[in-house]
Amino acid sequence: MTLPVTITINGRSYQRQVEPRLLLVHFLRDVVGLTGTKVGCDTSQCGACTVLLDGTAVKSCTCLAVQVDGSSITTIEGLATEGRLNVLQETFWSKHGLQCGFCTPGMIFAAHELLRHNAHPSAEEIRHGLEGNMCRCTGYQNIVRAIEQAASNEGAA
Amino acid sequence: MTATTKTARVFGSGIRRREDPRLLTGTARYTDDVALPGMVYAAMLRSPHAHARITRLDTSRAKQAPGVVAVFTAADTESVLKPIPCLWLVPGSDLKLSPYRPLAKDVVRYVGDAVAVVVAETSYQAYDALELIEAEYDTLPAVTDPEKATQDAAPELHEQAPGNVAFHWVVQGGDVEAAFRSAEVVVRERIVQQRLLPTAMETHSAVAHYVPVTGELTLWNSTQNPHIVRFACSVVTGIPEDRLRVIAPEVGGGFGSKIAQYPGDFVTVFCSMKLGRPVKWTETRSENYQATTHGRDHVQDVELAATRDGQITGLRCTVWAGMGAYLSTAAPGIPTILHGLMLSGPYRIPALKEDVYGVYTNATPVEAYRGAGRPEATFMLERMINRLAAEIGIDPVDVRRKNLIPPFDDGFDVVTGLKYDSGNYVGALDKVLAHVDYRALRAEQARLRQQGRYMGIGVSTYVEICGLGPSQVAGAVGFQGGLWESAIVRFHPTGKVNVFIGASPHGQGEETTFAQIVADELGVEVTDVKVVHGDTDNTPMGWGTYGSRTTAVGGAALAVATRKIKAKAMLLTGHLLEAAVEDIEYESGRFFVKGTPDRYKTIQDIALLANVAWNLPEGMEAGLEATSFYDPPNFTYPFGAHVAVVEVEPETGRVDLKRYVAVDDCGPQINPVIVEGQVHGGVVQGIGQALWEEAVYDDSGQLLTGSLADYAIPRADQLPEIEVLSTVTPSPHHPLGVKGIGEAGTIASTCTVYNAVIDALAPLKVDAIRMPLTPERVWRALQPSREGA
Ligand code: FES
Ligand code: FES
Repeated sequence: MTLPVTITINGRSYQRQVEPRLLLVHFLRDVVGLTGTKVGCDTSQCGACTVLLDGTAVKSCTCLAVQVDGSSITTIEGLATEGRLNVLQETFWSKHGLQCGFCTPGMIFAAHELLRHNAHPSAEEIRHGLEGNMCRCTGYQNIVRAIEQAASNEGAA
Repeated sequence: MTATTKTARVFGSGIRRREDPRLLTGTARYTDDVALPGMVYAAMLRSPHAHARITRLDTSRAKQAPGVVAVFTAADTESVLKPIPCLWLVPGSDLKLSPYRPLAKDVVRYVGDAVAVVVAETSYQAYDALELIEAEYDTLPAVTDPEKATQDAAPELHEQAPGNVAFHWVVQGGDVEAAFRSAEVVVRERIVQQRLLPTAMETHSAVAHYVPVTGELTLWNSTQNPHIVRFACSVVTGIPEDRLRVIAPEVGGGFGSKIAQYPGDFVTVFCSMKLGRPVKWTETRSENYQATTHGRDHVQDVELAATRDGQITGLRCTVWAGMGAYLSTAAPGIPTILHGLMLSGPYRIPALKEDVYGVYTNATPVEAYRGAGRPEATFMLERMINRLAAEIGIDPVDVRRKNLIPPFDDGFDVVTGLKYDSGNYVGALDKVLAHVDYRALRAEQARLRQQGRYMGIGVSTYVEICGLGPSQVAGAVGFQGGLWESAIVRFHPTGKVNVFIGASPHGQGEETTFAQIVADELGVEVTDVKVVHGDTDNTPMGWGTYGSRTTAVGGAALAVATRKIKAKAMLLTGHLLEAAVEDIEYESGRFFVKGTPDRYKTIQDIALLANVAWNLPEGMEAGLEATSFYDPPNFTYPFGAHVAVVEVEPETGRVDLKRYVAVDDCGPQINPVIVEGQVHGGVVQGIGQALWEEAVYDDSGQLLTGSLADYAIPRADQLPEIEVLSTVTPSPHHPLGVKGIGEAGTIASTCTVYNAVIDALAPLKVDAIRMPLTPERVWRALQPSREGA
């Protein structure tokens, strides 16, 4: 059995027939071919699959494609506008907040969510805000710095 | 022509990484992102038992399932796929090899041993069909503890290895018996280096595309060493190396776990060979925890002999190193060469002996894991020194000082037979102690103890071995390959540069640091250099990225290649400016005749003139390109000193890591920001071992920590800021003096944090707790003393 869904991703609408059990992350990666969103676990721990669902960060391995029918998703591919990196992409770059880059798309959306709720978080608040995202390369320190920098850049802008 | 005038030197500057834009925008392509027309998906049926005889394996129902293209078992693969070779055959160790088959035949030997593969049109269909394979087993007794596996009643895994001993290797130097006979003090400890799950955030993955009509295979593989994969794949599958292209695209972390040659890769290749279609296999995380190699797993009995005033006179130990069910690619070399030969650490130890037993157990195969052998050696030494210090009542820092090798800059012979290249261990120790104000810390500790609070300070000094290594030594220690690295530097007519390297970085940033090397040597812009790696069809042979060797060996190859370019540029400049080559000088991107720096050629001029070749000196070939295969004369030996400060809450057993300071010396730093990032990540990985991480098997051999919900890698909110400092002691034999930094943090941090916790608990008479130091373990350890209190 398949069901029709219409999902807007990065401003573009996709109509597809999908199995009801298809996870959103697999819809993004395998059906639509947007592979920037990563899968790092099968128990919703790692956060590598985090995207924005109608503006709110969600782990895309925790919802079904059919559940988000009619919604709007932003993935890492849709974050830069007209070739200009988003502020978090910039500060992750300038603060060396990534090494292998696998956790990075999810980290950036977790950071985005954090800053949406708290424009000027302390380092400790940032660390708490990243609880649901795992990175094995960076020890998190430069990720924290990148988010601090993004917060102060936004404030300055 | 205009020349670029350099203000700041690009070598040593913390420029942003060139690899990041693609990673930050979702443009980068990892193996699982590869999608090819007609691609099908493989899923593996894995043994649910740690040790069992397969009594029935019926795939007929699975073959009928929707979307299923094929189901294969060992009966299908065995006529095509040879057993997977072990590539580190440590000599003098009576190594007992047993066949490591891509799919298990008759007997399964660990939970996760693959017995069948399903290929289907979608991955969901492949997983559905796994459920329809009817597999029945007669379970056999299992053993997962490496020491117990060698005891009389233990079940045996392989008929080739009686008593489960895969090898027995001994390192010794000096008269250790005499040292212990005459020792004033002997301290002992049993140390368990628990099994760890490397947990690269990207699980292992392969996409195989075999084209029957040409007999050519392209294999995308999440690996640290594509050239070794090509070599091994050719051995296992019979596809000739010239038809075999291995691509390591973006790789999401490895930490040693992507060195191994995996059964799943060869099975995936087999499927593509049989079906003539591209086949993808990507581990789930739970599958990764069973199928991807694990790390550490040592049981160590250690004794240290010393004088009453703290001079170490001897070290003696026996190690049971778990190998898991089969010998993985480099596994035998890790508890032997990379561990035993480093046992004297940064100290003058006149006599030592270690017996290492590599032991087959009913568990996932063990491989290198960040630090690979050196953390297990460093931890052992740093523990024993602290134990000695406690025994004789001398500050552990003073015991270290008494035994550290004095500064040297061109070679120091140690008792295991290695020659360290350069070191200033006291310098690193002084620096870290000054930074934390060690005396003040001890005073604060005393004050807090008065208040009933348990603060602890851990200090460690370490040296490690990197830059593996001279190929002659590789041969002598049984490594089935060379350990040189290669680089090609190619100047295009417009002065832009491609660098092709044999090594295969996967997050360490060599696309940037290697461009910095070229820019620094030849006066081009960093942005004009593109570094290409990871594709065996367009890079020279290389042995891979592990053992912190890419910069230490590959960087040397690159430096030598750029110097060949420079030599050719000198010749060509001499010809063009009508001067003898001896009179040509180079400075900041300009080649000119001595004394007339205003008449010059830039490297860009030379690149154009060499490529168009209208006017070359007699006998000079066209083009501006150089290749180097660099075989290092020695290893490199980075070192450092770390300090951790913790507070332990005895009521709950909770360890609060309050402060961590690292002083590391990897020689001159090409990019200090990248070095710092390596230290952060490394330190945190070692902290994970000290405090949280352990792969736990139950008595029947079930992996209890089988998912990321059960295995605790460090999270952001559990960690303090890591304070990173450095000293700079160049390697005397490396063309750039650099040593390597990938593993240093991990090697030092586990013992530093552990020692801090034990130091905190000294007033409670706790002198050892099995790692990881979870609240539960710490709390339990405190119970007898608290009951007595
Ligand atoms: S893939 Fe790990 S949380 Fe979604
Ligand atoms: S950068 Fe590799 S996992 Fe975060």
